[in-house]
Amino acid sequence: MIRQCFIIFGCLAFGELIVWLTGIAIPSSIIGMLLLAALLQMKAIKEEWVKGMSDFLISNMGFFFVPPGVALMLYLDIIKAEFVPIAVATVVSTILVLIVTGWTHQKLKR
Amino acid sequence: MELLQNNIILLTLTFGIFYAARQLQKWTGWIVLNPILLTIVSLILLLKVAGISYETYAHAGNFIEFWLKPAIVALGVPLYQHFGQIRRQFLPIFLSQLAGCIVGVASVVVIARLMGASRETIISLAPKSVTTPIAMEVCQTMGGIPSLTAAIVVSVGLFGAIFGFKVLEVWHIKNPYSQGLSIGTASHAVGTSRAMEKGDTYGAYASVGLILNGLLTALLAPLVLQILGI
Repeated sequence: MIRQCFIIFGCLAFGELIVWLTGIAIPSSIIGMLLLAALLQMKAIKEEWVKGMSDFLISNMGFFFVPPGVALMLYLDIIKAEFVPIAVATVVSTILVLIVTGWTHQKLKR
Repeated sequence: MELLQNNIILLTLTFGIFYAARQLQKWTGWIVLNPILLTIVSLILLLKVAGISYETYAHAGNFIEFWLKPAIVALGVPLYQHFGQIRRQFLPIFLSQLAGCIVGVASVVVIARLMGASRETIISLAPKSVTTPIAMEVCQTMGGIPSLTAAIVVSVGLFGAIFGFKVLEVWHIKNPYSQGLSIGTASHAVGTSRAMEKGDTYGAYASVGLILNGLLTALLAPLVLQILGI
């Protein structure tokens, strides 16, 4: 458990370090994700060294964003005021993403 | 209601409501009853009724929210697991992801701007297709409102999970790989869980879409916004 935490937090800390050093506009967690995948790929660490912790984190990922979602109560006014632009932009754009991604992949496959 | 301001009580309520909401979804099988959404709505109602400020709740909530960043790091494991599959089909996957990512960010921004949304709202909408932790981080980095993004991301996920496969079939996108990939790209984890129900192949490709679009959006969204002059 301690080793699992050390690896995952180590990757995250590396991301924080890169962001701090370069001021780059990429979340530290994304850099940590890439580092973790790279370390696994290079066999520098074994999958079972992080498996339990990573399964736990991924399967509960939805739950972790309940508190930031609750912060929505601070912005109810904005949503009420801009409900139509938000709803239309979101629905139309999501349909476009589905079609563009699926169509491009289907055409290019093989 | 002083007791309700206690961190342990607030955390217990959060765990309890989420558990109840998840059971409710299991029993009914209704994907609309998303436990994340239900828990957020119930907690907001409860806090409003009890007259507790968000700041008070956040003291407790921070203990949960803290795990978001490590959870994104953990996505490195499935990314590694799918690496062989992604490499074999690298070009079709990468190009369709790239197209989906740019269209997703650009279209939501352009439509929202045309309809008169404010700058903060537009930025908060930009990363709407990707999994919440990533979307919130991207939003924060660009100066939007992360909680607004969180709410929109959940709605987008629900939309994709409920209507995604219908939309794809209407447009004659029938290949299982393509379907899975675009569901994951457009509607992240909620869509991916729906794809998992349809079959392993759909699910595996949906998670590739979820991870890659998260990554591409983190890298490209600031650039797209800059080009569009936001």
